[in-house]
Amino acid sequence: MRPPILRVEGLKATYGPVQVLSGIDFSVYHQEIVVVLGANGAGKTTTLRSISGMIETRGLIEFKQEEIGNLRPSDIVRRGIAHVPQGRGTFPELTVQENLRVGAFIRVDKDVNTDIDACYQNYPVLYERRTQMAGSLSGGEQQMLAVSRALMSRPQLLLMDEPSLGLAPKIVEDLFERFVVINRDYGTTMLIVEQNAQLALSIANRGYVLESGSISVQGTAENLAQNDAIRRAYLGA
Amino acid sequence: MDLLLQRVFDAVTNGSTYALLAVAMVLIFKATTLINFAQGEQAMLGAFVVLQLWDWGIPMWGAVVIGMCFSGILAAFLERTLIRKFDPTDHLPLVIITLGLFLVINAIAAIIWRFDPKSFPELFPSGNAFAINNVRLSWYTIFAFTSCVIVLFVLQTLLTKTKIGLAFRAVSSNIESSRLSGIKIGTTLQFGWALAAAAGTLGASIYAANPVLQIEPSMMLRALILSVTAAALGGLDSLWGALIGGLTIGFVQSVVVQYIPFIPNEMSLSAAVIVLLIVLIFRPSGVLGTRAVERV
Repeated sequence: MRPPILRVEGLKATYGPVQVLSGIDFSVYHQEIVVVLGANGAGKTTTLRSISGMIETRGLIEFKQEEIGNLRPSDIVRRGIAHVPQGRGTFPELTVQENLRVGAFIRVDKDVNTDIDACYQNYPVLYERRTQMAGSLSGGEQQMLAVSRALMSRPQLLLMDEPSLGLAPKIVEDLFERFVVINRDYGTTMLIVEQNAQLALSIANRGYVLESGSISVQGTAENLAQNDAIRRAYLGA
Repeated sequence: MDLLLQRVFDAVTNGSTYALLAVAMVLIFKATTLINFAQGEQAMLGAFVVLQLWDWGIPMWGAVVIGMCFSGILAAFLERTLIRKFDPTDHLPLVIITLGLFLVINAIAAIIWRFDPKSFPELFPSGNAFAINNVRLSWYTIFAFTSCVIVLFVLQTLLTKTKIGLAFRAVSSNIESSRLSGIKIGTTLQFGWALAAAAGTLGASIYAANPVLQIEPSMMLRALILSVTAAALGGLDSLWGALIGGLTIGFVQSVVVQYIPFIPNEMSLSAAVIVLLIVLIFRPSGVLGTRAVERV
């Protein structure tokens, strides 16, 4: 079996005096979709921010067998990790097309325009709105743009922080269906943090449950979906 | 009628130079929502460097270009050593730093060049483009205004058509997503500081080259207040707003104050600020400023 694309061991992170992650271990394998579940404040966002270098951490973060812990975000994205932050990860005062160009900021190759066209094929509504300010888009369209912006850096690993936040159920379903297509067509590995456990588990291969800074349960998506404790806590069953 | 026209030309002259300094402040505000109170003094220092280079025998426009580069490099250095150390979202320490810079630069210029006014060489052809009766349109006015428009076009092209310009606007819009897209925030802001200082130095040089003015270390004090007012009036994050703001302030100073008898001449500075207040009541983000584009 190939070694994991992302391996995290004993990851600790603090916000000021508060310890948010107390030494967590997990791995993500090539082309997997892995979901991290957990309540508010469990440390899900912190986990993603640690990986993309937005906060200082202790412990091991290894991407493609290389230590990336505490590198600067600008170096980490160049190694192939893109991060769609929580909320609106777009540039409201820039047009849709400019947002995509910013996503390709680290690239020097000539295929940027081809990739922009590919984004428009994935999400035709973005093509219709390509000259509009991103801030004038609806929540769902902004999330599509945020994901496309992240994909423009041609990442091997895509981190997504609560992509369903604040969106209507129908829009969320479309968004997640598209994730599956992206994962299949581009082979992009995905690590998704989500509150909507049912939907997330339906597209994921595996999952982890974070509880107050440590991993309490892990397993395949099917097993987690059947797990009674998880059903009670996150699936409302 | 003649007097009115003459006053309008004066307004354009003053307005153009306010606009150039206002544009410098707009650049920094766009990126950091910070008002750099040292902008005027940085520009003044740059203009003195231009004068010094000219004294040493460098052709005038060559001296201006070198002076702009000097200011740009100095500003990049100041950003790196003084500004970047502080949390960009906490404005009070940064404002105090820019005020400190204001005093230090003013003092340095006074030590080197003393406070007695010196005449600044002419940047533009002297004399009038036309003179009918008492109305004179000087070449200086024409060139000052043209320079201002050219600077705005160059800056706009730089910000919209180049990669560093795109990065600059991205950082202005969303710092977190900019970092996640691989943009180095510090370097990008440094670029903004350098660009602003270069534009400011050009503005101060043109200001000092006005045949009726002389250069001395405190010459930008008044201009700074008027330029901040102009920038705010135009919308603090809009390049072309700076021009509109500059011209409006110039107009208020030389036309409104002249023709409304109950405003004494001494109030011309305050009159500009009062106009700003009135504009902001009706358009809180200025004439061309970005109103937050956010759909909920």
